[in-house]
Amino acid sequence: MRFLMKRNYYEDIKLFKYRSTFLWYIALIIGSFLLPLVSGNYFISQLTFICLYSIAAIGLMLLTGYTGQISLGHAAFLAIGAYTSAILTVRGIPFILALPAAGILAAGVGILIGLPALRLSGLYLAIATMAFAIIVEEILLRWVTLTRGSLGMVVNPPSIGPWSFSTEKSYYYLVLILLILGVLAAKNILRSPTGRAIIAIRDSEVAAQAIGISLPKYKTLSFSVSAFYTGIAGSLYAHKLTFINPESFTLGVSIELMAIIIIGGLGSLHGAIYGAIFVIFLPQLLILMKDYIPQLFSGQTGLNAALYGLMIIIFIIFEPTGIYGRWLKIKFNFEMFPLYRRGTFRREKKYFKVERK
Amino acid sequence: MPFFEVQEISISFGGLKALVSVSFEIKRGEVFSIIGPNGAGKTTVLNCINRYYDVDEGSLFFKDKNITRIRPHVVAELGIARTFQNIELFKNMTVIDNLLLGMHCHRKSNLFTECIFTNSVRKQEIKSRNRAEGIIDFLDLQAFRDQLVGSLPYGVQKTVELGRALALEPELLLLDEPASGRNMEEKEDLIFWITDIKEELGITIIIVEHDMRLVKEISDRVLALNYGVPITQGTPQMVLEHPEVIKAYLGEGNGFIKSK
Repeated sequence: MRFLMKRNYYEDIKLFKYRSTFLWYIALIIGSFLLPLVSGNYFISQLTFICLYSIAAIGLMLLTGYTGQISLGHAAFLAIGAYTSAILTVRGIPFILALPAAGILAAGVGILIGLPALRLSGLYLAIATMAFAIIVEEILLRWVTLTRGSLGMVVNPPSIGPWSFSTEKSYYYLVLILLILGVLAAKNILRSPTGRAIIAIRDSEVAAQAIGISLPKYKTLSFSVSAFYTGIAGSLYAHKLTFINPESFTLGVSIELMAIIIIGGLGSLHGAIYGAIFVIFLPQLLILMKDYIPQLFSGQTGLNAALYGLMIIIFIIFEPTGIYGRWLKIKFNFEMFPLYRRGTFRREKKYFKVERK
Repeated sequence: MPFFEVQEISISFGGLKALVSVSFEIKRGEVFSIIGPNGAGKTTVLNCINRYYDVDEGSLFFKDKNITRIRPHVVAELGIARTFQNIELFKNMTVIDNLLLGMHCHRKSNLFTECIFTNSVRKQEIKSRNRAEGIIDFLDLQAFRDQLVGSLPYGVQKTVELGRALALEPELLLLDEPASGRNMEEKEDLIFWITDIKEELGITIIIVEHDMRLVKEISDRVLALNYGVPITQGTPQMVLEHPEVIKAYLGEGNGFIKSK
């Protein structure tokens, strides 16, 4: 086990606790940049999906994992981002403006959705956000003059100034860079007062008010930041698929995003990325295994959705802290090797908290 | 005008009259205790001051400002901090994070400067940590600095909550049964801290407490409530010996206790 000697307060807030962590992250980033050189287009395409799902998942993680506000409507923010970007670029507005516009519009709508969240919580909020997603889907279908309805829209590969991102590789780099920026921004928010305030709201709303945190302000803020991330991801999603229609943004997508953060581990940014990797690679794994599992299962439609559902249930029961939590435990086990006990990570149950509503 | 004033506040929940025209005034630098049997409405008074409840009648004044209808988080911004009877800490955070949260009102950063973590945000964070360290020193929490609050013993959690309230740098501190669940030694510490908070930090304190020894020792004035009705107020000696107060606490004709 490592012990850290802190000599000043900055060492408490810096991004990387140990020098070695920093080096590992640098290695990871260099690795992700070098990966396209040795792999085929299909694999790069999957990596691109992982990155953009990660961006959306970070958004949802900030909202659900950190602020404690559940949302089953994130497909709608994804759709708003995708359609904003698609409509703007089709009308000749450059991608460099359409991308932030997608995020900002989604954030604006996020504020509107955040308002009912002030009065709703838990299951009711989930239903309200789900209704919102269905409304957005319906609007996209019906507003034919703007969105071409169920015919869908063709989106061109983006370009920023002289650079065009039409190849798999170049697009992967674009999304990867945005993901890194997104992670850094989220990390920065989380280590400053705003981040602490939203976590405070998750843990105790009463106490949050008592120390001067305005619930309306921070809940809507959290919704809008979350929607901003998801909107950006939506824009990238549209330009990746080069074709979108309302059916790309159904309830299934919202649940996929929820699956990502639950499987990855609620309340950790790592979890958003681990979860995205898991959820993107699961169908691939199924395709690979198709020949080895009975026809009865592999031939079924909706196998993916069923598996996500099963995975969420398994994780909630056996590993509520997700993949990231399990990783921490394994790491801790090795660090403490002969001394590790099963109970080390077990959270004590306390009964003195009064439930009031 | 007094430092803090409660004018004839009444509140009822359905048919239950929780408070019936309760009034009191507090001078700056005073320790004011509210006592009474269970269900007397002591915590309700604090919740009214904190604006968790809307009073039906009456008004509250803090430094000449009417705070009867302001939003709960504004109460904290004005400089009123509190602790809770059933600890309300942010359990999944460390002690130091809880203390830093107490300084939320004093932040100068906004979302955009925090996103890129500008130099000013960094300086502010370092400054906050410096101040949090002062509170850790004051309350002897060094050993628990980086531990998750949820796993700490009850008494320590209560202390962390007190620390979080102090981090707000309040002018008025509301303590809801700070001594409950503490052992004798921890109670001694508490008396020590409250005296220090009063005398060195110059913070005015309203305290709700059942431990009469503690009330006697620290308070300048005491208010006794029973079923939401104020019985009497005055010096601790006077209130604790008031026949109505004894009756409220012990009941009438309880010969067994009286003979002791």
